[in-house]
Amino acid sequence: MEILVCVKRVPDPSENEIEVNKDGTDIEGDDLVYSVNEWDNYAVEEAIRIRDKVGGSVTVVSVGDEEAEEVVRREMAMGADKGILLSDDAFEGSDGKGIASILTAQVKKENYDLILTGALADDGAAQVGGMLAAMLDWPFASLVNFIEILDDKKIKVGREIAGGNQEMYEMDLPCVLSIQTGINEPRYVSIRGIRKVASLEIPVHTAGDLGISPESVGEAGANTKCLDYFVPELGDGARILEGSTDEIIDNLIELLKAKGGIK
Amino acid sequence: MGQQVFAYIIHKDGVADDTALELIAAAGKLDTDASVTAVIAGAGSELDSVCNEVASFFDEVWKIDNPALAYVTAEVLRPLLVRILPKHGIVLVPHDHFGMDLAPGLSIKINAAYLPDVVDFEGIDNGKLKAVREEYTGQVSTHVLSDISQGAVITVRPGSFKADERKSGDGLVIDKTAQAIESGLLVGAHRFLEIIEAQVGEVDITKSDILVSVGRGIEDQDNMEMIFELAEAMAGDVSCSRPIVDAKWLEKSRQVGTSGQTVKPKVYMALGISGAFQHVGGLKGSPFVIAINKNPRAPIFQVADVGIVGDILDFIPELTERINELKSA
Ligand SMILES: Cc1cc2nc3c(=O)[nH]c(=O)nc-3n(C[C@H](O)[C@H](O)[C@H](O)COP(=O)(O)OP(=O)(O)OC[C@H]3O[C@@H](n4cnc5c(N)ncnc54)[C@H](O)[C@@H]3O)c2cc1C
Ligand SMILES: Nc1ncnc2c1ncn2[C@@H]1O[C@H](COP(=O)(O)O)[C@@H](O)[C@H]1O
Repeated sequence: MEILVCVKRVPDPSENEIEVNKDGTDIEGDDLVYSVNEWDNYAVEEAIRIRDKVGGSVTVVSVGDEEAEEVVRREMAMGADKGILLSDDAFEGSDGKGIASILTAQVKKENYDLILTGALADDGAAQVGGMLAAMLDWPFASLVNFIEILDDKKIKVGREIAGGNQEMYEMDLPCVLSIQTGINEPRYVSIRGIRKVASLEIPVHTAGDLGISPESVGEAGANTKCLDYFVPELGDGARILEGSTDEIIDNLIELLKAKGGIK
Repeated sequence: MGQQVFAYIIHKDGVADDTALELIAAAGKLDTDASVTAVIAGAGSELDSVCNEVASFFDEVWKIDNPALAYVTAEVLRPLLVRILPKHGIVLVPHDHFGMDLAPGLSIKINAAYLPDVVDFEGIDNGKLKAVREEYTGQVSTHVLSDISQGAVITVRPGSFKADERKSGDGLVIDKTAQAIESGLLVGAHRFLEIIEAQVGEVDITKSDILVSVGRGIEDQDNMEMIFELAEAMAGDVSCSRPIVDAKWLEKSRQVGTSGQTVKPKVYMALGISGAFQHVGGLKGSPFVIAINKNPRAPIFQVADVGIVGDILDFIPELTERINELKSA
């Protein structure tokens, strides 16, 4: 089975306090720690497990600048067989549809049986997987938390729905699935693993290579544009308890007693 | 604006979802003059009762009725919507597990703009809609501008628009089945099998009055012990956010949120939880919320009654000790 996994380099939410920059045009870029989007790690892990069971290969692809290469390499250290970087100045500022159309061009160059994306990324949009499927005219399922390969034409898929219930489907290949966290436990990447892939060549495909006209993607082709970033003020917010730890605890215990939190 | 606005209605067991009224409110904020058409797919008498219910507050109701839609799936529904939606229409869909499945692909198929997970609208100027979204699980918000003059698919975050109780009365129910299904149903490549219900766990957190809830801020499985000790001191139960379940540190039945349990305790302690809307969406009945987080900007402080900015790993053991002292005194 030939599997393609789409991965995005994002500021790591567990390593950063995201702040808006001075003029509100973007998030504060200094000192941000980047990593692979959390959901994409689960997708790569799942692809590796499928390959190990039924054979074939796993290719990891990212649309981004040269720094995105580091996340492609990391996922190769996890066990993906190949990595591809889709990179071109013309891709900068793409909206979700732009990213999906760049990925579509790559998919059409090769023969993949299965494409995995993360359910969502840092922008919280949850859009690229579903758009990619629609552009390819392939079946799609989002929030997938179970995959079983039935044969080389059919798979069984579970989708996570409200309340932790699961919707089960049979789907024909090729298809696109967006992966939900918790489907597996992604393996750690060892230093040795990273060293092993450090010198591997990662091919870079540009707009020209992919046959994409530059004005259809990037900022030029984007229908949706971010105007500014800001921190919302919702209601009054919490009353923040201050003082020494002892004072805070005294205060908190009184509140807990009053609200029935301590009996 | 002159563009027709549609609201896709989710329903279950013959009753419309809460998001039906929220979408009317959202449509009103999008365009105050808009006449809003509800679109409902389903089968038989259950569908009819939803249509009747919804007709009392929408201007118009379009129904698609077919036995194959007794359980509606996005893959089957999408091509049907493509056939009935007019050019340049604006379609509102709840941003939930169904909307995420349906909407991105729908926007491609009807060649319309896509705006995901919108929490507010700030007006249309010259065919361009200004909307508010959140990024980085709610740590920052952003205004986005999108050209919707050629139509748009917009997913609306559940709970962001206050349900509009204004009943505009006599929505006409129009049967769109024939047009929607004219060239058949596409069920081939994607076959629904069954629903597997969530497993019941050892504790039922939906019945707890006091929940000590732990998130990724706990950092390490070895630290979980202190959460149980605090819960015991408070005579409460332990619940958690999703990453704790993903890491298999606690069972799924303890997860609070849209893909976990809906809880209604009296007191909710959110410890090292950032406050993503999918988590907070599981909190009902306005509990007294205490949040402890080392990031003063964590969105959980927006929903909490009381906040403490600090390290839970230091704070929790001290709090537990003090409560225990108090109880033995
Ligand atoms: C379709 C869908 C459904 C989902 N359903 C759910 C759901 O049902 N329930 C749910 O919870 N999530 C759900 N999620 C995930 C949700 O979007 C968030 O990713 C998740 O809630 C984050 O969990 P968290 O707050 O524990 O982790 P994080 O967002 O990583 O936050 C950890 C917090 O801990 C703080 N912290 C770190 N260390 C410390 C310390 N030592 N002391 C104090 N504070 C510290 C950090 O500042 C941060 O605010 C869903 C997502 C999707 C896409
Ligand atoms: N720049 C990108 N390169 C490769 N894949 C991406 C990119 N952006 C988004 N994706 C994929 O789409 C998924 C959903 O992202 P989004 O639609 O942006 O929320 C991610 O988890 C990735 O799998």
